[in-house]
Amino acid sequence: MLRIRNLEVAYGRRLALRRVSLHVDQGEIVSLIGANGAGKTTLLRTVAGLVRPAGGQVLFRGRDTAGLATERVVALGCSLVPEGRQVFATMPVLENLLLGATVQYRRGRRAEVEADLARAYRLFPRLEQRAGQLAGTLSGGEQQMLAMARALMARPALVMLDEPSMGLAPLVVKDLFAAIRTVRAEGATVLLVEQNARAALRLADRGYVLETGRVVLEGSARALLDNRDVQRAYLGGEPSAAREGERP
Amino acid sequence: MSDASAQAAVCWQPEIERMDREALEQLQLERLEATLTRVYRTLPFYRQRLDAAGVDPDAVRSVEDLRRVPFTTKEDLRASYPYGLFAVPLRDVVRLHASSGTTGLATVVGYTRNDLRHWGSAVARVLVAGGVTREDVVQVAFHYGLFTGGFGLHQGAELVGASVIPMSSGHSRQQLRIMQDYRTTALACTPSYAMHLADELLEAGVPRGALSLRLGLFGGEPWSEGLRRQLEEKLQISATDNYGLSEVLGPGVAGECGEKRGLHLAEDHLLAELVDPVSGAPARPGAVGELVLTTLTKEAFPLLRYRTGDLTTLTTERCACGRTLARMGRVLGRTDDLLIVKGVKVYPSQIEAVLVALEGADPHYQIVLTRRASMDEATVLVEVSEAIFFDEMRRQSGLRETIARRLAEELGVHVAVRLVERKSLDRGDGKAARVVDRRGA
Repeated sequence: MLRIRNLEVAYGRRLALRRVSLHVDQGEIVSLIGANGAGKTTLLRTVAGLVRPAGGQVLFRGRDTAGLATERVVALGCSLVPEGRQVFATMPVLENLLLGATVQYRRGRRAEVEADLARAYRLFPRLEQRAGQLAGTLSGGEQQMLAMARALMARPALVMLDEPSMGLAPLVVKDLFAAIRTVRAEGATVLLVEQNARAALRLADRGYVLETGRVVLEGSARALLDNRDVQRAYLGGEPSAAREGERP
Repeated sequence: MSDASAQAAVCWQPEIERMDREALEQLQLERLEATLTRVYRTLPFYRQRLDAAGVDPDAVRSVEDLRRVPFTTKEDLRASYPYGLFAVPLRDVVRLHASSGTTGLATVVGYTRNDLRHWGSAVARVLVAGGVTREDVVQVAFHYGLFTGGFGLHQGAELVGASVIPMSSGHSRQQLRIMQDYRTTALACTPSYAMHLADELLEAGVPRGALSLRLGLFGGEPWSEGLRRQLEEKLQISATDNYGLSEVLGPGVAGECGEKRGLHLAEDHLLAELVDPVSGAPARPGAVGELVLTTLTKEAFPLLRYRTGDLTTLTTERCACGRTLARMGRVLGRTDDLLIVKGVKVYPSQIEAVLVALEGADPHYQIVLTRRASMDEATVLVEVSEAIFFDEMRRQSGLRETIARRLAEELGVHVAVRLVERKSLDRGDGKAARVVDRRGA
């Protein structure tokens, strides 16, 4: 689905990504974890066509998309749910959703938009209840749901989520992650950036750990959860010496 | 093998073992880059090596770029004894093993929990490729201890779900007793020890029908096609070769499938190169070279471009079994086994190949090196049956001459041959001592 080789991104003279290679296979949930400034958001924004890379290759469904405009990338089937939601606050929920369907209209798939809307409401029933409400009046969790639902309206093959759990209550996060699982079950592939490494790795099949613009570790989510460096740096410490043996 | 049967070849991890080569290369690149980044950060040894060679780890952007990274040798490992090359704190290590110290100080290797898991699945692949299923009763006759053989095969067989008998090596009569009573179906040990057990079986007068044995999973030392045929015939089994070395992983590095045409490498865990043992340059395609391995997933004991000392070939040609993983050939010998006899390069494996092809000679042999007037000389000791050894002087000298002639033809140099009584050569604890060096004496 997505194959990145030796991606380099510079902001001025500062290298945000130095040499990143990673891939996401069809139907996978892959999680990127790392500290602030490690380059996670930059990576998603580069794949989405918002940032032009200084070097390397981004192959999306076999096509080199490095440097393509965002609309083109979305049209090819790759949507980003940006950090901080970024919904149109002064527009009703329904209109926000329909904006996400622009690509579908352009593809001449007007007839499918109704079904996609029904699907979005099934995923997040709360959005249907608030369809006429201005997006700016929604709670943080509802705005995140809206942002995700809007991205799904483009029928993406790959959904990239940037920090979806940021600032949300644990129960809301649980619902949101359940929705990500459903989205994958319905056929989409997911690339997830999260501060909440434990939750992300529990959801994901595989993961990559980014530090200062480089991948330092990759592996199955289970292997990363069991890695002591990951435990120390991102999971709030390693299990106590006495309890180590109890873990399954 | 037909396409239909190729489809049927069972894999332990089909998603890896039959991975599209392009996807595999992507995976290897990702893991190589992450390994380089980590190793450079955590291990002063590699940082100094790379800096001295002027190699910026960030500039390694392909598998080919890895060639600029200096080799790591057995001497480097010895110099960092015991823990100098561990990339994680000792408290993250859950298992320690050591390489056999037959040729010097042992090398200590550590495994994290993830390392053990990867190792177990790599061994399981080799076992399943060799035909093992959960229905099998696997007798592990590799030594259990610091050596990786016993525990390595054990955890792989357990993962497959077979019934594992942790016999360890030695106590041959007891091995045979248990093999009968427990109805062992698969034997895992060194080929020389399997040969020894086969002889013991004959000597004890145990009819082959008393055994349930059907598979032999042999590794730990170089052996030959001739020895395979003998073992398969004597034990009535299908015998496969597997390869590993404790510095890199232990058993599980590579193993033969039912095709028996090369050993599939665990390329998701290791990057394999073949180099000219003298110049270190990439070996010519199809040529014999020294296997060089870089670990891709090791947490505790990563290695960059480790010179295994093992001579073999390498091919990425598609195997009829459906696995896409590259295959190495049988190990033909070790770079440090290389004997220079009167200026001619001789590998012990060549001598074994001659012996197994000859009627009357057992493939139990030893090469004794001596030095006379600064000239190396080799004498090959060959075990022969009692009948030949005691009774028939004429047959004995005839056989000796035949062996000497064939060896001279094969090696291109004359070596002395002496026939010795059966079981007079040391078989060690499984690993046969093929070369006795008396040049210093």
